[in-house]
Amino acid sequence: MTRLPGALVRLRDTHLAPLGHLMPTPDILIIGAGIVGAACAAALAGVGLRVHVLDARLPAATAAGMGHLVVMDEDPAELSLSAASLRIWRSWMPKLDAGCAWVDCGTLWLAANDADMQVAQAKACRLQAHGVVCQLLDAAQVAHAEPALRPGLAGGLRVPGDAAVYAPRVARWLLQQHAGLVSVEAAEVVAIDKDDVLLRDGTRRSAAAMVLAAGVASRHLCPELPLREKKGHLIITDRYPGTVQHQLVELGYGASAHQTSGSSVAFNVQPRPTGQLLIGSSRQFDTEDLAPEPEMLRAVLERALDWLPGLGGLNALRTWTGLRAATPDGLPLIGRHPTRQNLWLALGHEGLGITTAPGTAALLAALIQGAPPPFDGSPFAPARFALAA
Amino acid sequence: MRADAKPLSLRINGREVLVPCGISVAAALALAAPLGLTRHSLQGGSRAPFCGMGVCHECRVEIDGLRMLACQTTCAEGMKIFTDSLKTSSGGGSSAHSFSPFSKV
Amino acid sequence: MTNQCDVLIIGAGPAGLRAAHAAAASGARIVLVDDNPVPGGQIWRDGPGVKLPPVARGLRATVESLPNVQILTGTRVVASAGKNAERALLLENRTAGWVQHFDKLILCTGARELLLPLPGWTLAGVTGAGALQALIKSGLPVRGQRIVVAGTGPLLLAAAAAARHAGAEVVCVAEAATWLTVLGFAAALPRWPSKLGAAGALGLGAFAAYRAGAQVVEILGDDQVAAVRLRLGSVETELACDRVAIGFGLVPNTELGQLLGVALNPADAIAVNAAQQTCLPHVYAAGECTGIGGNELAQVEGTIAGLMATSMEAGDARIGAVQPELRRRAHWQAFAIRVAAAFPPPPLARQLPRADSLVCRCEDVPYAALAACDNWVQAKLETRCGMGACQGRVCGAATRFLFGWNPTAPRHLLAPARLATLAARPISIN
Repeated sequence: MTRLPGALVRLRDTHLAPLGHLMPTPDILIIGAGIVGAACAAALAGVGLRVHVLDARLPAATAAGMGHLVVMDEDPAELSLSAASLRIWRSWMPKLDAGCAWVDCGTLWLAANDADMQVAQAKACRLQAHGVVCQLLDAAQVAHAEPALRPGLAGGLRVPGDAAVYAPRVARWLLQQHAGLVSVEAAEVVAIDKDDVLLRDGTRRSAAAMVLAAGVASRHLCPELPLREKKGHLIITDRYPGTVQHQLVELGYGASAHQTSGSSVAFNVQPRPTGQLLIGSSRQFDTEDLAPEPEMLRAVLERALDWLPGLGGLNALRTWTGLRAATPDGLPLIGRHPTRQNLWLALGHEGLGITTAPGTAALLAALIQGAPPPFDGSPFAPARFALAA
Repeated sequence: MRADAKPLSLRINGREVLVPCGISVAAALALAAPLGLTRHSLQGGSRAPFCGMGVCHECRVEIDGLRMLACQTTCAEGMKIFTDSLKTSSGGGSSAHSFSPFSKV
Repeated sequence: MTNQCDVLIIGAGPAGLRAAHAAAASGARIVLVDDNPVPGGQIWRDGPGVKLPPVARGLRATVESLPNVQILTGTRVVASAGKNAERALLLENRTAGWVQHFDKLILCTGARELLLPLPGWTLAGVTGAGALQALIKSGLPVRGQRIVVAGTGPLLLAAAAAARHAGAEVVCVAEAATWLTVLGFAAALPRWPSKLGAAGALGLGAFAAYRAGAQVVEILGDDQVAAVRLRLGSVETELACDRVAIGFGLVPNTELGQLLGVALNPADAIAVNAAQQTCLPHVYAAGECTGIGGNELAQVEGTIAGLMATSMEAGDARIGAVQPELRRRAHWQAFAIRVAAAFPPPPLARQLPRADSLVCRCEDVPYAALAACDNWVQAKLETRCGMGACQGRVCGAATRFLFGWNPTAPRHLLAPARLATLAARPISIN
């Protein structure tokens, strides 16, 4: 039995064996206890593997993000991953604790004009073909569903199965699901070697297989990864219950999300169960400065007030930013690292990591075990990029 | 400056209230109802102004359509004040207000 | 609306008014900002329920008459607006939001009360001690009400005097410090004759109700205050009352300074040098945000900051004005040290909250939920403590006292701000 040196720190309320008989060398080391790492831990422990999770306790995308669970359909691979994930989310939903703050708000994609409406119709066809329930709404129906929206919109597309969660608490919940098999250690990994990882304090941890799920920070551990930061700004208001019912997203959101240079904003508002409104979104490339920028906040809120013109008098309480880890083709890296031995990747989810964490974990667990994947995982294979370690 | 001034007419939760010139909205609420309740907390407790100087935000109410601090706002003629602004959709000022500080909820 | 000025002063209390007055002689364009409806800060808060001392009225009238001083009351600093060390703050008043540019900044942001949780402290009718004074000055009716004033420090007497003057019956002034401490403090007062006079005037009125070594351990009531449980030595009694005013001293308002990057001193106040200059050369600070010291010290510091922030060429007649101010500052600093030493928050206050006593009043987070956390960041993430409208101002100071936590440095936003202000748009209300 190998005794792990260093302080083993568990998340509060997580049952952990006393220090005296620490688990033997784990089967899997996971780097990163954000939503993706936590989902991987739960999936791998779910098939009986012993998992040790290392987390640097750095501010990252799970805590910064909106927690919008949304089926994205513009890319077929993204559609299969997000739709599969939403099904798993639905299976978790009854078991989540109240702190996970699940809201069945659905998504209302908004069409400003006839051109947007055609986009909505195409979207509806793709979603329905994939078995995702959705309804096209006309102008009057949108106005009725969301009276705070500006008058004169062309319509919208309602996806009732979408939802929202408070992701940091879901991550904690996931780590508690197989407490006997999952341990969590607050420690920063500074290097990944062939068979083990080096921690900031100079000690090492090893396992038969290692999973890198550290989001944007992964690039510091594997410089060969084709990740770019995309900074996003968010604003949260005081409590104004009932102002907005759905997660509201403009249909032009995809265009902003898929832009590969420059900065852009798109209207995206989420009603929290507290009655607060969470307002986004923005995308900026290649900055690691987390300070909120007045000009970007202004752009995000100008856009929001274009769609919700009566809400300028609402009080904002806080603003913050986060960094999304974006890949060149917009799809995450899920699977074996092509050149590093024993290393698996679950990262590069950009703005969709919370939605797609369950599907990512299911796919990765299948790949690690050599079991049949739950859906076609080839579009996410890291080997699609030349990754010389 | 104000001792001989004409009283101001306000509307608090839709009801007309006459108050002396120069007092704060927090004081006006206390003149209109005992202790001048401003809101109910998440667990339903009645709250009233607490820090008196714009720090604690217990006294935030809706004044002419905006959520503001009663302790840092001076009454003005015709002001429309709604307590328990956190339970209403607000931003609009025209929303229905079920809460009245004159009765316990 | 975009504005430029030479000297921006935040806070129009004694320090800010003196700073504006001293700086104005240079001819600089000065903007003086305060979130209260009228200048004066807390100690000189004007309103229908107060008659201000002549010095306050005189100073305010003088500053209001200065052509190069623009006073913006009802105006709050909601954020830093500067990117890359640009000197700008985002301000908001009832009708608009705008960026205020400046060359020099003087922080006169004062102090707030240390408000500590105990069973019943969220009941309607419980206020801070200074809070009760402030509310009475603004017209809060208390005539005929029975009031208990409790906590520690000289502010209790002032609050009791204000309540009595407004027609309330002060049932008890419960000072947590012992008689020995109180008398020792009083014995030193002759060094500061004006304070002695004030204390005498306040103390005589409340003498019959004054109890040293006494502490309110619980506030009783259904939905509003009905009584307090008072502990005096080993004896507990219940006192019926309509209001309770509790204060445990003051906490410097350093948040704006911290947001801008100024350093704090070991007492968690803004660190300044002899010129009232912070570690940022263009930012000065004066008054209680640099340490709790009272009105007189704040005025002297304000004057020095105002003089130093407006560059003085050799031969400037104002240079002669600085030396006497420095001597007066030392005199009042000694008084501040006395107060801080005599009236620390009582340790018993750490034991008063029960498991279900709310500590975060915005988000209704009980003591037990916080006691299960290791630090402020974890508490915020897991319990929502400090995530409400007060931005953790109340519970941050309380958990620092209760658990020794260090609240994280203030972030954007400094105070709730309208979306329209952040979007640089006019408000439009449906």
